[in-house]
Amino acid sequence: MGDLRLMKGNEVLAEAAIRCGCDGYFGYPITPQSEVMEMLMFREPWNETGMKVLQAESEVAAINMLYGAAATGKKVLTSSSSPGISLMAEGISYIAGAELPCLVINVQRGGPGLGTIQPSQADYSQAVKGGGHGDYKMIVLAPSSVQEMNDFVDLAFELAFKYRNPAMILTDGAIGQMMEKVELSDYKKRWTDEEVIEKWGSWATTGKPSSRERNVITSLELDSEKMEANNQRFQKKYRQMEAEEQRYETFQIEDAEYVLVAFGTSARVCQKSVEIAREKGLKVGLLRPISLFPFPKNIIGELAPKVKGFLSVEMNAGQMVEDIKLAVHEAGCTRRVEFFGRMGGIIPTPGEVVDALEQNFLKE
Amino acid sequence: MDVKEIIKPENQVYGKTELLTDNVMHYCPGCTHGVVHKLMAELIDEMGLQEKAIGVAPVGCAVFAYNYIDIDWQEAAHGRAPAVATGIVRINPEKFVFTYQGDGDLASIGAAEIIHACNRGENILVVFINNGIYGMTGGQMAPTTIERMVTSTTPCGRDTELNGYPLKMTDLVAQLPGTSYVTRQSAQSAPAVRKCKRALKKGIKNVLDKKGTSFVEVVSTCNSGWKMTPVKANEWMEENMFPFYPLGDMKDSEKDKPVSNN
Repeated sequence: MGDLRLMKGNEVLAEAAIRCGCDGYFGYPITPQSEVMEMLMFREPWNETGMKVLQAESEVAAINMLYGAAATGKKVLTSSSSPGISLMAEGISYIAGAELPCLVINVQRGGPGLGTIQPSQADYSQAVKGGGHGDYKMIVLAPSSVQEMNDFVDLAFELAFKYRNPAMILTDGAIGQMMEKVELSDYKKRWTDEEVIEKWGSWATTGKPSSRERNVITSLELDSEKMEANNQRFQKKYRQMEAEEQRYETFQIEDAEYVLVAFGTSARVCQKSVEIAREKGLKVGLLRPISLFPFPKNIIGELAPKVKGFLSVEMNAGQMVEDIKLAVHEAGCTRRVEFFGRMGGIIPTPGEVVDALEQNFLKE
Repeated sequence: MDVKEIIKPENQVYGKTELLTDNVMHYCPGCTHGVVHKLMAELIDEMGLQEKAIGVAPVGCAVFAYNYIDIDWQEAAHGRAPAVATGIVRINPEKFVFTYQGDGDLASIGAAEIIHACNRGENILVVFINNGIYGMTGGQMAPTTIERMVTSTTPCGRDTELNGYPLKMTDLVAQLPGTSYVTRQSAQSAPAVRKCKRALKKGIKNVLDKKGTSFVEVVSTCNSGWKMTPVKANEWMEENMFPFYPLGDMKDSEKDKPVSNN
């Protein structure tokens, strides 16, 4: 056993960032994720690993600081919650357009507008469809435990650098505020400029040596032919992610006639719902998407012909359900895909989910 | 004396720095950007900073600054260059980082970012081109447009009751403890260009000495936006801009420092 602790999800994000060899964090306080920056400032990683931490004047400034630091080939992250992520959307679009790796964490709260500070999954579409302007995608990972809050920080950076693309951890106020047992990762050394070049290439703005052309980090290209070629390159990258990075977990799926599909906090609820339904003699399983982009559509395509229906359980008005329907359709199936959700910061109860399942599929 | 004799290196009194690329500049003839680009390229070259320099380009006419100076560049979103530069320099404190911004970028949409970067004393040089107009988008009112000045969105001249007052950003940042050197220059004549170069050099030196933010405003012309000939634009600037934006150092922490008794 490694370094075992009882910690809050938000605090673990901070600890994981320090331990995975992160170079910097830029953020702005917002509930329910302020513990991320508080923990970082308390830990003073600049004395330990050299990681820098800065409280920005706004989310707009924070994401642009991230854009600047990421351009130098460094491992950098920010965290915020829903309204703050909306403010960052412009910057994320620039980062995607300039093809830079970085990590953005969204500890979601209910919306729209100022909404509530209670947990929500209402930013699903914003996260997986891009969120800002222009055709782009982020790699989106959805942890459902404090342990995964730890594990996905390192994973998100690996994927971000592999694809030179922003990655997002899409979690919510429940997992952010929840205390759970967690095994912390071992410390990794921060990369040197030379190691970044060796591992990922020499695209970063590190100051121009005579040995290479100047590096220009930009998303601007006024020549339409070239801009279309850039877009085609991005799209090729997103297709490669879809081919190689679909991640999910299944629970009691083998003989399931009905499959609950849920991520993050709602997946935790649904695990209990499966148990209740099984006690009632219903053959129900759970599919938990871990990567929301790329959406794990292959497994849905595999399951579709074998099951009677899917129930998407979300803490929003029904967003992921559209992607499930698309995946079923793409598999050439006509299975029913239904939705149950609570909004406004309410977490559904396991019993509610089972009721919704019966209501949708078993009562005529 | 034949041509070969004249162009012999020992007879050369001036040469174009290699850091200024051969790309044809997109700036209008008479625009101040070209001159300030040349000064920055010369200084980075003369001070041996090519391998350390990272420039942050704005949105506005200087959006393509990266085409003209042969260093690593990053293109920022409109107004965000000081935040981008903060991100670069916080993680890479040994680099020479500068932003190059126009008045719409720096004084309007990016007002928050410049104030906070200066107030934190980020170790960067800010080059602020103030021509009182939005050049790139076709001559609209800028926050620095002076009273009664005609632009495409103030066709009858800037009316302070409707549009508010012109903003003296340089005076503002001089008040902030994070800035070490704040000056207002121009580049319309040979002496002005030489003075401007000295100011930029001082700003760069301060950054290398980690003194905090250096801020160099260059009161500039936009003869296309102003709808004047380059010569007339220079005259108009001297007559109308200089009285409102007087030239000179506003803050020099080196000079302003109280004399030590020891």
